[in-house]
Amino acid sequence: MKMEVADSVFQIAMVGETPAKVEVKNLAVYYGRFRALNEIDLTVHEKRITAIIGPSGCGKSTLLRSFNRMNDLTPGCRMEGEIHLDGENILLPSVDVVSVRQRVGMVFQRPNPFPKSIFDNVAYGPRLYGIHHKADLEGIVETSLKASALWNEVKDKLNQSGLSISGGQQQRLCIARALAVEPEVILMDEPASALDPISTLKIEELMQDLKKKYTIVIVTHNMQQAARVSDYTAMMMIDDARAGHLIEFDATNTIFTRPKDKRTEDYVTGRFG
Amino acid sequence: MRKTFETEIQQLKDEMLLLGSMVEQQIIGTVEALKKRDIEASRRIREMDLQVNAKRYAIEEQVMIVIATQQPMAHDLRLLASILEVSGELERMGDYAKGIATVNIRMGDQPLLKPLIDIPRMAQIGTDMLHRALTAFVSEDVETAHAIPAQDDEVDDLYNQVYHELMMFVIQDPKTIERANWLLWVAHNLERVADRVTNICERTIFTATGEMKEIDSKVD
Repeated sequence: MKMEVADSVFQIAMVGETPAKVEVKNLAVYYGRFRALNEIDLTVHEKRITAIIGPSGCGKSTLLRSFNRMNDLTPGCRMEGEIHLDGENILLPSVDVVSVRQRVGMVFQRPNPFPKSIFDNVAYGPRLYGIHHKADLEGIVETSLKASALWNEVKDKLNQSGLSISGGQQQRLCIARALAVEPEVILMDEPASALDPISTLKIEELMQDLKKKYTIVIVTHNMQQAARVSDYTAMMMIDDARAGHLIEFDATNTIFTRPKDKRTEDYVTGRFG
Repeated sequence: MRKTFETEIQQLKDEMLLLGSMVEQQIIGTVEALKKRDIEASRRIREMDLQVNAKRYAIEEQVMIVIATQQPMAHDLRLLASILEVSGELERMGDYAKGIATVNIRMGDQPLLKPLIDIPRMAQIGTDMLHRALTAFVSEDVETAHAIPAQDDEVDDLYNQVYHELMMFVIQDPKTIERANWLLWVAHNLERVADRVTNICERTIFTATGEMKEIDSKVD
């Protein structure tokens, strides 16, 4: 006779579930006639970190870029299905894309500060949205730089070029720039892949702070990073027609200790991909 | 892909099997020494325990090196965690064999209270269970891992038999209490060996399936 002890030891560490912030329903993305993503259904929970993993070319970045309609900027790109942000379908033509991108910010793989001062980099977004009072801007810049854990390192050189600081600092400057417009969701596409280990850890620590206030979605090739930082993990693969699919979604603890799908198992153990 | 890692895993499994066979020899040898009242043999069993402990620590260290350098995930991680656990179980079984050797040494000139029949049988079944459990572990044979713990009932039955027989001696002649107690301690150690085999079977199922289940061989 078998006796079940606790449901699973891994459930103990599982995160408490929060409401859905972003809901992807039957999403397909096409580049011209090529279908890059197919039948994607995914729930991104509020104030949690969701990692998207999978082999190169499986559509992780395409999926991430759908969340704030960055794909619109790619000629010939077309999306079908629905992406709900707080219940509102942001793929409808009537939706104001500028407002979506204000609510859903993005941080890229390589730090890409503008060739402007540190201050102006952070103040760029707020100015675009019509904030011009010096005192207001100063407040936003300080708050954003503090939130991105960069303030202490740059407070005395806000007028220096954003390109004059280290790569790790530049990436945190880009995070501050994203935070300055008060987004709700932050998309991160391999945010630490161009950084050294110490800067990488700083970004990862920062993410844990940021998730108290923001919903974060991160694309990463680094399995350990996904395992360390995220609460949920989505595993993607391409199908026979080379379209990206979501093959497994679960609590990160489950994905990295006992995934259900053989392909996830092979990928996270480094035997495939 | 991951050839180095696969080799490291295979080496760990081999080392674990080696540790297992050392413990099997210890258990069979310690009961044999008791049966023959061979004190020298029992001393050798006690010395062998140092090698068993050293091998267990070597496996533990190697597992940690593999975890640190290969960052295993999913099945690989479960397997390595289980190897740690199973080596610990094997080391404890070695301690039971050592305990039996100590009994033989401490008994000194006193003769055995009764000829040993059920006790060697317990050792035989226990080591047989252990051997099959380790084979199932390395091949991740879940079916066998589920089946082995039922054999624990045979060992428990033998233990109860030994217990009642010894109690009869004590009731008839209270002066036999110390000699009865020596043998009861021996039987108890062998009964614990079989219990720990069940733990190895649980780890086999966990490694293969990710499910942590307690196998209880007794039907209530």
